[in-house]
Amino acid sequence: MAEKRIGRQTIKIQNPVRIVSAAGIVGPKEGQGPLRHYFDEIIEDELWGEKSWEKAESKLQRETFAKALNKAGMSTGEVDYVIAGDLLNQCIASNFGLRESMIPFFGVFGACSTMAESMSLGSMIIDGGFADNVACLTSSHFCAAEKQFRFPLELGSQRPPTSQWTVTGSGCVMLSNKGTGPCITHVTTGKIIDMGIKDANNMGSAMAPAAADTIIGHFYDTGIAPESYDLIITGDLGRLGKNICDELLRRQGLEISDRYNDCGAMIFDMERQDIHCGGSGCGCSAVVLAGFIYQKMQKGELKNVLFVATGALLSPTSTQQGESIPCIAHAVSIRI
Amino acid sequence: MKAIFTKDEYVRYVEQKAPKSKVMKNILRAFLVGGVICAGGQLITNWLKARGVPAENAANLTALILVCVGALFTGLNIYDEIGRFAGAGSIVPITGFANSIVSPAMEFRSEGFITGVGARMFVIAGPVLVYGISASVIAGIIYYLLRF
Repeated sequence: MAEKRIGRQTIKIQNPVRIVSAAGIVGPKEGQGPLRHYFDEIIEDELWGEKSWEKAESKLQRETFAKALNKAGMSTGEVDYVIAGDLLNQCIASNFGLRESMIPFFGVFGACSTMAESMSLGSMIIDGGFADNVACLTSSHFCAAEKQFRFPLELGSQRPPTSQWTVTGSGCVMLSNKGTGPCITHVTTGKIIDMGIKDANNMGSAMAPAAADTIIGHFYDTGIAPESYDLIITGDLGRLGKNICDELLRRQGLEISDRYNDCGAMIFDMERQDIHCGGSGCGCSAVVLAGFIYQKMQKGELKNVLFVATGALLSPTSTQQGESIPCIAHAVSIRI
Repeated sequence: MKAIFTKDEYVRYVEQKAPKSKVMKNILRAFLVGGVICAGGQLITNWLKARGVPAENAANLTALILVCVGALFTGLNIYDEIGRFAGAGSIVPITGFANSIVSPAMEFRSEGFITGVGARMFVIAGPVLVYGISASVIAGIIYYLLRF
């Protein structure tokens, strides 16, 4: 087996890969949520001075990247790669948002698991000695996602109780082989898991088995004790998906309830903000990681975190054709 | 994961675990809001008739006015709030039909007047028109044949 590979799904990062800076910008609704103090900027309206939702999402990525770059004290010339992706068709938020950056670019699509996917690849690239600094970022935009995946915003329809609210926001982390910051130690890459859920308004339930599978794979491959993590956090399962994931793990003998949470269940106030099962979207896990988790780790309040971003790999076409939803979850182990 | 659930078992497990829609509450809200819209329509018809408009014209004018009101409320970003509260109560009346045409027209304005507004305007109402008109044609043919 390749020397850095320690199991079916997991690799151990052997050279230091540090998160030297992180930045997150969110929309107005996220800015009213319980995590509002952890974000770098809260935009006032969802168009943010642009002519379309898609342009606004591109701007989110552009500005978030600029903030992370600035915080790391780097110039664009020092960044060897940008790895980015989003939910829009052909990843236009990333492609258009970063087209002026003039940095070698890898576009990735992992639906809402994109943040962990880009960090996984970025860590491998740095550990492999192919780069010194890699920026990993992603975004989602409520209005642009609704337009592409569901109904027009002004249509007077009701959302089912299992639905989730796409986060408007962009998160970016700068990975480097120098400097200070939490280290990425392990990467567990998810498999595509489809347990037959067809309801695009119940993505938490569709993704929960993928999250559970990756978490189990991580502990099986590494032999790390679950207790050594302060926080095991999934990306956007929401309230229902989080409960299911927790139960699936318990049924397989893994008890993590006391240290388990979900970004989608944390980012909004469930009772006050009328978002049903919680937040979703690439931006959901990205801004919680770049804001809440990163700041807590820098203060030493969190020491070991397993970040498991979850993605539903569906398209409007597959939904209309009655297909079930294949899902994925990628895990990144972060330690100070 | 397949070790503890087959796909069918998992789908059943999720169905049983998922929060259910509050049916009684939704029905009550739909009844109230739908009733208010229809009563408003009746008031307009009565008012028009009282001013001497013939019955058939009054009905057509009422539909016209309600469509305009539905379109206006959509443009003012109010109709989606009503819809979130009322559900079918604001979808079924003709104001909901106006909403289903105006809302995609607004949404796809950014793709221009031809490929955006023009092409996408009937993305929701289109099936209603296709099957509504088809059904009425079939009903018309049956009615015609039955007369012989």
